[in-house]
Amino acid sequence: MNGVPLSWYLVLSAILFSLGVAGFLFRRNIITIFMSIELMLNAVNLTFIAFSYDLRQVNGHIFTFFVMVVAAAEAAVGLAIILTVYKNRGTLNADDVNSLRF
Amino acid sequence: MEFFIVSTIKALLVFFVLMTTLAYLQWVERKVIAHIQLRQGPYRVGPHGLLQPLADVIKLITKEGIVPPHVNKFFYFLAPIIAVSMSLIAISVIPFGGEIEVFGITTHMQLTDLNIGLLLVLALASMGTYGIALAGWASNNKYSLLGGLRSSAQMVSYELPLSLAIASPLLLLNTLSLREMVTQQEGFMLGFLPNWTIFQGPAPQLVGMVLFLIAAFAETNRIPFDLPEAETELVAGFHAEYSSMKFAAFFMAEYSNMLTAAAVTTTVFLGGWLPALPGMAGDLIAPAVFATGGAVCLYHGLNPARKRDKYTLPVFALVFFGLAALFLAPPLKDIAMPLFWFGAKTGALLFVFIWIRGTLPRFRYDQLMGFCWKFLFPVAVLHLLATALLVALAG
Amino acid sequence: MDLILFLAFAAIAVICALSVVLQTHPIASALSLVGVMGALSVLYLLLGAEFIAMVQVIVYAGAVMVLFVFVIMLLNADAESPRSTSAMAKALGLPIFLAFAAVLALAVLRLFPDTPLVRFGEFTGGGPADVGMALFTRYLLPFEVISVLILIAIVGAVVLARKEID
Repeated sequence: MNGVPLSWYLVLSAILFSLGVAGFLFRRNIITIFMSIELMLNAVNLTFIAFSYDLRQVNGHIFTFFVMVVAAAEAAVGLAIILTVYKNRGTLNADDVNSLRF
Repeated sequence: MEFFIVSTIKALLVFFVLMTTLAYLQWVERKVIAHIQLRQGPYRVGPHGLLQPLADVIKLITKEGIVPPHVNKFFYFLAPIIAVSMSLIAISVIPFGGEIEVFGITTHMQLTDLNIGLLLVLALASMGTYGIALAGWASNNKYSLLGGLRSSAQMVSYELPLSLAIASPLLLLNTLSLREMVTQQEGFMLGFLPNWTIFQGPAPQLVGMVLFLIAAFAETNRIPFDLPEAETELVAGFHAEYSSMKFAAFFMAEYSNMLTAAAVTTTVFLGGWLPALPGMAGDLIAPAVFATGGAVCLYHGLNPARKRDKYTLPVFALVFFGLAALFLAPPLKDIAMPLFWFGAKTGALLFVFIWIRGTLPRFRYDQLMGFCWKFLFPVAVLHLLATALLVALAG
Repeated sequence: MDLILFLAFAAIAVICALSVVLQTHPIASALSLVGVMGALSVLYLLLGAEFIAMVQVIVYAGAVMVLFVFVIMLLNADAESPRSTSAMAKALGLPIFLAFAAVLALAVLRLFPDTPLVRFGEFTGGGPADVGMALFTRYLLPFEVISVLILIAIVGAVVLARKEID
């Protein structure tokens, strides 16, 4: 059985994270921006799990678990906000949501 | 190498049996519903319509597959693939029997045993939602979209009571591996009551099983929770635009989900392949059932109602007697007995699925959501807490 | 075997992540993200995190992303229309992204030059029992705090999304 260096997992995580950052900056649909944040969280989770393997500890798993819970809570509130924004402005484009009151 | 060969043979065997079961489940369903409604059911193709599934398969394969021009092609084709593959994979962790020895090779009657087996089944069930939601969206049709929206809301909501209901027997069993769950339920209490989780002390799980079955009805989109495909209001819901093999894929996914739900209930709550009666009585039930079937056939063959019954029914009687003998012959008994008990329990649960379809009307959408969040979910939480309390007090 | 599985699923993850960023339709992006999560859950299994891998599929891919897809379908969101950007932004975008990714990857490689090899099955402390034991003993307080957080999130979501009563 040949193994894989741990650093490859970390590099993969770095690539996914930078893709998430790129999506966050580059997309204009609020929902897609939100999904880019989820992508970044996933990339960080991979790092936690990889280090947990390296240290032979379960602590990284717990952290990932908490990140998932926070992501679920964030998705519930965030999507509710997106629904409200869409109801009030009739658009999902982040550029068009630029006035504090109208 | 031997591992790969054995696994391949087992996978092919399970696949073949699964496909046949799925096809005939539909025949059984049509027959049972017909008899509930005082009709005959399929009767033309073969004796008592027994070849009807075969005819249906040929029909579905040879039908023209129409792709409406307004659909999103990629997701339109992806949706049935997701639905059917997610529902078929789940069967790989279900144990049908214990350890057996065939031609000097010792193996388990199960494709693979994972120490997170039950979690895998739940994960696959939650991924199956995408198949239906996507089908509704990609069809680009108002009825389909409504069906897809209803299904994703319904399945996400009912996943909670489903997981909570199945968590309480886990407190008694202390494992997530489906094979170990069954071995935990071996033995009899007071000499006659099987040690299954629905009877097991300190917290019998009868309520848990009912909760799980109700949630499973919603997860598999069966009546009374079949709102995603409610014909009277949504034409056919999420699969209104699907025809031929793509429709067959959704159809197969639904029946396969039903089978998985029944098999998981059997494994977690009803002791899997373990017999319901101790000692000799448990061993004799299977041959007795088949011998009775053979005797009935023989009786009707000797007093034929129609001319050809004189020849056909004795043949069936011989088959039944042969099956009965199978359960008495020592080497085959070890294989056939667990399969009989597993099949009997799963079959009984599948009959409940069909029975309820013939009995209950469909829920209204707000009633469906209200039932889940205001009744099923709190009851499941309370049941889990009560079980946890009893388990903690006992030990 | 480890190498093949890692490369295959890492490739799937990267391709799906690219698709999340580049697809113009939100549904396509959401499903690509589900693909990323599925590939990551296989990588978690390779790293011995069985429980987290399954939770990833059940909670992340099966519940959170279904919620996303549900909202996209509900709002009937269309494909994003291309917007006019300055030529400089277009020209500099890709190089800056590549530079950012390269800096991150190089920093990782510099910080951890000779990491051990990851072999499937060497670390088995990530089963449900181990995670549960850690969660309910050492991390009990964070666990309780996070349940309060979830409660707040539920109340917040209900308040935000309720129908306005005029």
